[in-house]
Amino acid sequence: MTEELRIGVFICHCGINIGGVVDVPAVVEYASTLENVVHAERNLYTCSSDGLESIKSAINEYELNRVVVASCTPRTHEPLFRATCEEAGLNRYLFEFVNIRDQCSWVHMHELEKATEKAKDLVRMGVAKAALLEPLEELTSEVTPSAVVIGAGISGMTAALSIAKNGFHVHLIEKKREMGGMLRRLYKLYPTEELAAEFLEQRIKAVEEHERVELHLSASIKAVEGYVGKFKVILDENGAEKSIDTGVIIVATGAKEFEPEGLYEYDGEKVITQLQLEEKLKRGDSKLDGIENVVMIQCAGARGEVVGYCSKICCMNAIKNAKLIKEANPDINVFIAHNELQAYGEEYELYYRDAKKAGVRFLRFPLERRPKVIKSEGKLVVDVFHERLQMNIPLEADLVVLSVPLVQNPDAEKLSKMLKVPLGQDKFFFEAHVKLRPVDFATDGIFLCGTAQGPKDIEESISQGYAAASRATIPLAKGYVSSEAIISSVDEAICVGCGICESVCPYGAVEVVETEEGRRAKVTGVKCKGCGTCGSSCIKRAIKMHHFTDEQLIAQERTALVTEEVVS
Amino acid sequence: MKEGEVKIIGFLCNWCCYAGADLAGVSRFQYPPNIRIIRVMCSGRVDPVIILDTFLWGADGVFIGGCHPGDCHYMQGNYYAEKKIEMAKRLLKEAGVEPERLRLEWVSASEGERFAGVMREFTEEIKELGKIKFEKDEMEAACIAAADYRLRILATKEKELLEEGNKYGEVFTRHEMNRLLDDMVREEYEAKKILLKLKKPKSVKEIAAELNLKPNVVFRHIMDLRRYELIEVHEIRDNTPTYVAKVEEGGE
Repeated sequence: MTEELRIGVFICHCGINIGGVVDVPAVVEYASTLENVVHAERNLYTCSSDGLESIKSAINEYELNRVVVASCTPRTHEPLFRATCEEAGLNRYLFEFVNIRDQCSWVHMHELEKATEKAKDLVRMGVAKAALLEPLEELTSEVTPSAVVIGAGISGMTAALSIAKNGFHVHLIEKKREMGGMLRRLYKLYPTEELAAEFLEQRIKAVEEHERVELHLSASIKAVEGYVGKFKVILDENGAEKSIDTGVIIVATGAKEFEPEGLYEYDGEKVITQLQLEEKLKRGDSKLDGIENVVMIQCAGARGEVVGYCSKICCMNAIKNAKLIKEANPDINVFIAHNELQAYGEEYELYYRDAKKAGVRFLRFPLERRPKVIKSEGKLVVDVFHERLQMNIPLEADLVVLSVPLVQNPDAEKLSKMLKVPLGQDKFFFEAHVKLRPVDFATDGIFLCGTAQGPKDIEESISQGYAAASRATIPLAKGYVSSEAIISSVDEAICVGCGICESVCPYGAVEVVETEEGRRAKVTGVKCKGCGTCGSSCIKRAIKMHHFTDEQLIAQERTALVTEEVVS
Repeated sequence: MKEGEVKIIGFLCNWCCYAGADLAGVSRFQYPPNIRIIRVMCSGRVDPVIILDTFLWGADGVFIGGCHPGDCHYMQGNYYAEKKIEMAKRLLKEAGVEPERLRLEWVSASEGERFAGVMREFTEEIKELGKIKFEKDEMEAACIAAADYRLRILATKEKELLEEGNKYGEVFTRHEMNRLLDDMVREEYEAKKILLKLKKPKSVKEIAAELNLKPNVVFRHIMDLRRYELIEVHEIRDNTPTYVAKVEEGGE
């Protein structure tokens, strides 16, 4: 660097928060002796408008080209001080924050002298890093104003329609010949008991009639390239290859019902799943002629039997089907053998009580003693260990219905690899954060909704469809995406193209490409989030993690360790 | 930091541990003032070379704080951090320094009290261990070994080797992996130490005596170092060749 370094240091009293413990004037005096520091001052509150003004005027008066503020924490105040530097014409990344409150004065309140020593050390470290800071620019990139929604079940249809109504073109991609997904096989929906077919028909019509929804049926994803704002999705639509440019992608691929082969004497005729029962009821067979006893078994294959998780929807679904049978034909005995029973919320609880009133019988079994289905001479007996009676109750059954969990589609793994988004332990798509970012993937521009993310009912799938659409519309409406300035870059002269960086990057931001010099790693700036794991993994140490470079970190640690005498 | 007191350097990830340290402050949980904190975006950023350099420059303890497993802001950064820190610990051991001086902890943004507790405990541990002692050459060798591509590959690829196997589909057991890591670390460390000794020309016998290694081991390293063109024959003295380092390869 040929430019002369002119560093300004601003030490904040933060009222008595810092000033009451740390000897601020002594730290200011010390700071002014440090190499490259041309100005040091203290402020009662550096973040007040007076404080910010004094930073700005000092930048002009002393021609500062680096600013260090020692005050609270960058996690709250860095944006403010960066903006202040920018207002005075200094690149916002030529600012360094030193935390002498949260990590010094507040935690060493009874050791005034040592806290002052520590504050001096921290300021010295900050000045050392500031000397090595480089100006950085945030990158912006245009967004293709259209969306791709993968999967035309209820969640995907909801998302697609919502984005279209917001004024953007949507490509709705469905692998089957028709829309509807799981809903197509259902009879009636809880708790309203409206017909699934009618409900679905209205939605399909709305999607089909919307001018901005472009349907791609019998279509599968072949490849996905690009990044937020500039994705390219390659489709195989009825055997023909198609390429779609899109700004965002929503994954709404749904789930499928677990097949209980080999469990509970499952045969698809006398022992069936809830979904098979729905189809039976839907065919107009709701009176279930010739059947006297129906036994439903909850958690079949779930909660530790085959899959580990609770499938969430089966309790309400069983209650609904039991109630429908009972109401259509009160002479049929309907039993639900269950362990826990989830009928959360007022509406579902009322629905459960209605089912009890209608005569559905509930038997609770312990999870470690699940019911057994015994088949002999064409007759079925379900042996349930009744938890409260502490005895086995053999229930004769003409029809056994297994409440099996929803499981991930087998092709999800392929899609997750193409999109470079993760699957969780249960193989469902894995959101960025369970509470804070429930419909985002960690990768920008890709969102998820519906049962692709885990079992959920229609109501939740629709809510998530709206949520994902709303999240996905943000970059579309903005028209551009801006990315971090704090990203990594590769020194091509040192890189050997081994690809270890590519393997550790969670965002697909580093890729090995062919260049004239041979294979080299390349960083796509807008994809990079600046974690720096590529840098610490690079076998040739050819990757520079900007703003947290090896040189800067080493300068900080060495400066902290050398004693004052050595420095001065 | 004043001479005589133990010095601890902390590298904390921005999202969890640094935030936890801030919360300790907001809640006024007190802890000893021996630590100097350096903020990084992710614990996965912390390079073993930087850790060892921190010890080389006199830190008595180094603390790395990241997010709890599964909570990493960047998904897997903390996992990679763990492997890199294990590698740094192995190298510390080779250099004759207690690996306990390097500590990795997962602290979330809501664990202010825990952060303060960990700080008290770690500072106490370091005080009991006392000021760090090492031979400069040995720590330098550890630093250079950490920068070596073979150890860097191993530190990063460990998960893959344990779960998916190598390119022939051979999956490593934990035991095999540990043995492999131990062997590789020792080999690299010995080689780097020899390289540092060869700033001045020496024969195999002289190096073996100085480093307390068997001559055949030294000879094998010498052959490797020659193959990598890091050293060359200096002269033949009484029918015995002496070698010297070709390029000045230092830490930082």
